[in-house]
Amino acid sequence: MFILSKHRGGLELLCDSVKIHNINVDPQHGEKQLTMKNLLSWVRTNVIKERPEMFMKGDSVRPGVLVLVNDADWELSGQLDTVLEEMDNVVFISTLHGG
Amino acid sequence: MDKRTKPKGRLCTLCNVNRAALKRPKTLEQLWVYVHSNLLRPQLWVTGECFYTVFEDEIHRVILDNHLFKPGERIAIGASGGKDSTVLAYVMSELNRRHNYGLDLFLLSVDEGITGYRDDSLETYGLPLKVVSYSELYGWTMDEIVKLIGLKNNCTFCGVFRRQALDRGAALLKVDKLVTGHNADDIAETVLLNILRGIYSPNAYRGFAREFIKDLERLRPRAILDIIKSGEDFRISTSTKMPEQGTCERCGYISSQQQYREMRFKKYSELIAHLLVVEQHDELLMRNHESRPPGTTPFPKVNVAHFHQTRRERSPGPSRGHGRGRGRDRDRYFNQGDRLELNNDPQHR
Repeated sequence: MFILSKHRGGLELLCDSVKIHNINVDPQHGEKQLTMKNLLSWVRTNVIKERPEMFMKGDSVRPGVLVLVNDADWELSGQLDTVLEEMDNVVFISTLHGG
Repeated sequence: MDKRTKPKGRLCTLCNVNRAALKRPKTLEQLWVYVHSNLLRPQLWVTGECFYTVFEDEIHRVILDNHLFKPGERIAIGASGGKDSTVLAYVMSELNRRHNYGLDLFLLSVDEGITGYRDDSLETYGLPLKVVSYSELYGWTMDEIVKLIGLKNNCTFCGVFRRQALDRGAALLKVDKLVTGHNADDIAETVLLNILRGIYSPNAYRGFAREFIKDLERLRPRAILDIIKSGEDFRISTSTKMPEQGTCERCGYISSQQQYREMRFKKYSELIAHLLVVEQHDELLMRNHESRPPGTTPFPKVNVAHFHQTRRERSPGPSRGHGRGRGRDRDRYFNQGDRLELNNDPQHR
């Protein structure tokens, strides 16, 4: 499943300053759907190159990191339980810096 | 590649037409706003989007209800180039235009002298811009200060300098008021830091406090406003002397920090030397905290900054030194390098 993953607000610094990643993730074994929870752990392993603690805390993003799924805050779509579809775009924006 | 797929959320609670794109933590309203997923550069806000309507109306109400401005006033907008002050500059000029406040607006920016920090970050939105620089005001750039004291612990300088730089810029612009883009997170953080400051060190907790606030917000969005309310409702003990805003006898600028005022520095380099010691204390307190986190066994180790002489005898007079020492314990630390065992000799108790 192809997903467009964008890292902004400083998070791109954790992945070699690359802001836009076209990634191909498949649902985990035994699961039919890909959720944000799966995507996060995939991104953490495969996209984030350094200081993963700046990106994640526990199994979710670090508080203060905004997540948009198809241009809407993921709070509206179920956060970690959001089900992703082919070609969805996901944006991560850190707000944990000076305003 | 970029496909506009439908947001997965439901409809905006205000217009009931467009898909909601965000949930306001303050009210839990789900509102429509057009999100520019390219995020290549800030776009013009599209008026009529529900979030902006709610947001701008609310600010307009606050301005009216609290009589913040009078027609004809000159207002400086503290502008860093970051998100908060950019929103502030936009909202101020938009509301001033829309509701005919009759204000003269100016952008006031501080150049700390940090290479690459805000070199191209300011967009002026057609407002006149005044830049005041650390090098002009104080004869030091942050680059030079960092060269002297290193990458850690230079925030004290930057913060103390910036506050005055804004005052002096405002005076140069002859404005009546200065507005800054501090938001609820910032104020809640300040409330927590003021509590922690009484216990530990002012700077060391900054990062933790912000993260803690964001943690609380996730559990209960109103927590941030609750903290601010708690801060407003603090009962100050009647015997506590509150800091008074005064002016520095030397330069005449605002200073509530009596310890700086009374030292009568003649040069900024003297203030800098003083702040260097403050920073040492700060780092020291943090290291002591790390070697003895709250709830652990008492005093396994302590760190000391600088003592010139080894003192075995307790002097009869009060202990001397900078800052808020730990009172009577101070004389029991010895100058044997950074990490020391506390002298627990019972005869000193």
